[in-house]
Amino acid sequence: MKILHPPVTLRDISKLRAGDLVKISGRIFTARDKAYVRVVQSGKAPVDMRGGVVYHCGPLVVRHEEKYEVISAGPTTSSRMDEIQERFLRITGVKVLIGKGGVGEKIAARLPELGCVYLSFPGGAGVLAAGFVEEVEEVIWEDLGPAEAIWVLRVKDFPCVVAIDIHGKNLYTGRMKRK
Amino acid sequence: MISEREFRACIVELVKKAETRAPQDVRKALQRCVRIERSRVARLQLEMMLENLKLAEKKEAPICQDTGVLSFFVRVGERLDFDVARSIGAAVLEAEEKVPLRMSAVDPLSRVAISGGVWSVNIEPADEGLEVALLVKGAGTENFSKLFMFSPSNGLEKVEAQLLEVLREAGGKICPPVIVGVGIGGDASRAILLSRRALLRRLDVRNPDRRLAKLERSLTERTNLLRIGPMGLGGVCTVLGVKIETAPTHTACFPVAFSFQCWPGRRGLARLVDGRMEVIEP
Repeated sequence: MKILHPPVTLRDISKLRAGDLVKISGRIFTARDKAYVRVVQSGKAPVDMRGGVVYHCGPLVVRHEEKYEVISAGPTTSSRMDEIQERFLRITGVKVLIGKGGVGEKIAARLPELGCVYLSFPGGAGVLAAGFVEEVEEVIWEDLGPAEAIWVLRVKDFPCVVAIDIHGKNLYTGRMKRK
Repeated sequence: MISEREFRACIVELVKKAETRAPQDVRKALQRCVRIERSRVARLQLEMMLENLKLAEKKEAPICQDTGVLSFFVRVGERLDFDVARSIGAAVLEAEEKVPLRMSAVDPLSRVAISGGVWSVNIEPADEGLEVALLVKGAGTENFSKLFMFSPSNGLEKVEAQLLEVLREAGGKICPPVIVGVGIGGDASRAILLSRRALLRRLDVRNPDRRLAKLERSLTERTNLLRIGPMGLGGVCTVLGVKIETAPTHTACFPVAFSFQCWPGRRGLARLVDGRMEVIEP
């Protein structure tokens, strides 16, 4: 079991191997289609995300006056962001992606140079994921709609599997090779 | 005669239950997967999935944050004094707050978020009664819905080859282990509907047509040899089951549609029982 406290360093990332179980405690940012496009079009991140963790997720959140309650928050399909993934990572300096289904082979091949690791959390396990969220710290770009905004979440012991490490091992394609 | 108000209230309850509880047969299939997977990572995925189902039921919270697209299949054998589709639309709007559902609907051109949910209703006449079946699919699987207009000379081997290719391409994106719905025949639109309707059949209910039951079994075995595994991370459980529905088709046509259902297998059934609408499943 390995533990990550974002922001992370290259040293932290290089210790991770595909197949490892890792727990994340600290701040993570949700981002998906629309937030990706806005970052890439504007050429800058809305907040300092260097060394940060981006979770491909559009959470189900209920607002109680001033407080938000995260009801269900599993991952979304990461490969939808493939076309602009590299530019997004270069602009933001994000070093950890969490999602489901992995990224396309082209992006997977770029991850070692970008120093970015890809973690998997079971898709559809939304209530389980929500249980690891301690607090919604902030919502950025709420105008994109609740599923597409950037939710700044503080999580504790969020458990993921290292699916693509920066040493070239990829659980998604590893299976193909074994076949 | 059942009132619109009672019907709508039942649909809201149906949506709530389908979003928060997985059907019993799907749970059993997932538990069986835990027993047969050897890989530590694969087992962990399945255990987390089952744990999630427990939590969702206990908290009455949606299993998945993607509360999905809702496909209603209605059989009407009663005289009704209201518009069923309109009542379902109103129920979905109500469910958005009561379940709650995520606001996933957008205008298809501007992509601006709108309320009202993403739903469709298919109505068929019946000899008697009133039945509403509901299929809830996340966008991950919805994006891999496929229609192929094969050549009639292709034969059933083509169905298998194509299914394997689609599953390979989909990998972990459709949240395996999935249920596969196959629609064979009809016209193009019917084939797609058949593939979706197939996903309403319980995993433990055999196809009454022996030829199709055999094809379902062999496709399940072949697809699980792909070793995509739970969430695409490798393993022997890629497909929980294959369900096929057929309809007569044109002599020059061979329509084949695939619809996939993510692992929670979200679906529900409500029916008129002794003059009252009741949620039968889950």
